[in-house]
Amino acid sequence: MIDESFSMGSTLFHKRDPKVKLIGAAAISIVLALCSSIVVAGIGVIVTAILLFLSKPAPCLLFKRFLQVNVFNLFIWITLPLTYGGGETMQFSFLNLSLDGIRMAALISLKSNGILFCFLALLATSSTANLGHGMEKLGVPRKLTFLLLFSYRQLFVIHREYQRLQRAAKLRGFTPKNSLHTYRTYSYLFGMTLVRSWNRGERVHQAMILRGFTGNLIPLDQPQPGKADYFFLFTMLFISLLLAGLSLMPLTL
Amino acid sequence: MNMNPPLLELHNISYSYPGQKNPLLKEINFHVHKEQIGIIGPNGSGKTTLFQIIMGLLKADDGQIVLQGTEIKTEKDFFMLRRKLGFLFQDSDDQLFSPTVLEDIAFGPLNHGATPQEARDISIRTLEKLGLKGFEDRITHRLSGGEKKLVALATILSMEPEMLLLDEPSNNLDPATRERLIKILREQKLAHIIISHDLDFLASTCNQLYTMQDGQLIRCEEKQIHNHEHIHPYGNQPHLHGI
Repeated sequence: MIDESFSMGSTLFHKRDPKVKLIGAAAISIVLALCSSIVVAGIGVIVTAILLFLSKPAPCLLFKRFLQVNVFNLFIWITLPLTYGGGETMQFSFLNLSLDGIRMAALISLKSNGILFCFLALLATSSTANLGHGMEKLGVPRKLTFLLLFSYRQLFVIHREYQRLQRAAKLRGFTPKNSLHTYRTYSYLFGMTLVRSWNRGERVHQAMILRGFTGNLIPLDQPQPGKADYFFLFTMLFISLLLAGLSLMPLTL
Repeated sequence: MNMNPPLLELHNISYSYPGQKNPLLKEINFHVHKEQIGIIGPNGSGKTTLFQIIMGLLKADDGQIVLQGTEIKTEKDFFMLRRKLGFLFQDSDDQLFSPTVLEDIAFGPLNHGATPQEARDISIRTLEKLGLKGFEDRITHRLSGGEKKLVALATILSMEPEMLLLDEPSNNLDPATRERLIKILREQKLAHIIISHDLDFLASTCNQLYTMQDGQLIRCEEKQIHNHEHIHPYGNQPHLHGI
């Protein structure tokens, strides 16, 4: 389950206002996502890796996240060099590898890791609740922030409900096998979880109405960003502008 | 005009679930001034439904709800009623929906027009009153079952209600939290209606007892002489039950 382990800490990243972190992360990741040069993506990875290093994440957790993203990249490295058509090729034992394919795979890996590092350093260092309120303050549509905050809160409840059903099945001797009975049981479990979540959703809505909810979520006062936050924002925007400027230069790779 | 109308009156409230022949509630008449009332009754006898009707979550087929002499009809009336009557759900997970405890407790006051600062102050005051000082920034889903129940109660008390409706509040509570809840309810001195199967709990928190039977609320006599079997020692000596 989500335990938000990255958000526990006290580095300068953890202390920053979620609003400036959201803007910074958006700026850097947009530039990284749109750049088409390996050099720029490479510099991006180095810069975001430094940011990540400064936010002092727990090494083993970091490695786990890193692995999760790079399993996908591995598939890209397996498929793209063999399937990317046109251009020069390179002989590797009996295989003809497309150079463009290799270049594309490298670009995708660099970009995805750069964005991963940036999100881990900037967004994962805030709790989901704070990010939700930050989003609302930044003018993100209310429905989206509701959706984020409520899914965050209810995910745990739904997960626990699912576990409870699963345990009940296990206690009555259910062992998953590749059989119709297993598939049917799982579909019942999912179905029941869905129905229960729906009922719970209704009860939560009732609880909100009982406390005077009329459609507006009024936030408690959030701390205002201070000087350090503005300096942080300036640095992040400077980094993204620098990367954007670099990607406009005529680079060969 | 009556100088001092009851806090809450129910006149001929009837309700049946759609598609069911027998009504669940049959012409219930009931009023509360400042009493502390307990209701017991079998599962499915309509106790929770009655609460939902009082709070305007379900609409009665027939009858009137009168709050302090004013009949409650429209959604706007119920908005006012919900501020004066606080309803504690059976499952606290349904009631705590904000990420942090403070936000959850401030939710009601904010909706009823308190400024963020006022809402913050009243929330912290409510937590202190319930002995939950320092819980402000706790994450709601990480609380224990007992803590959740007390925080859920705090989310209602922060709206400064005049009466509480509690739906099986002592369910799944450990003895220590149960005692704490009893103490809190006694100290509040608010009018309340408690649904429970826990007779000891009702005896310690209520001064009137009703049973729900065949869609009717029936007042129990205060004291009755009766025989019962004992599984505890010294059952043949005069003794007190509960607290």
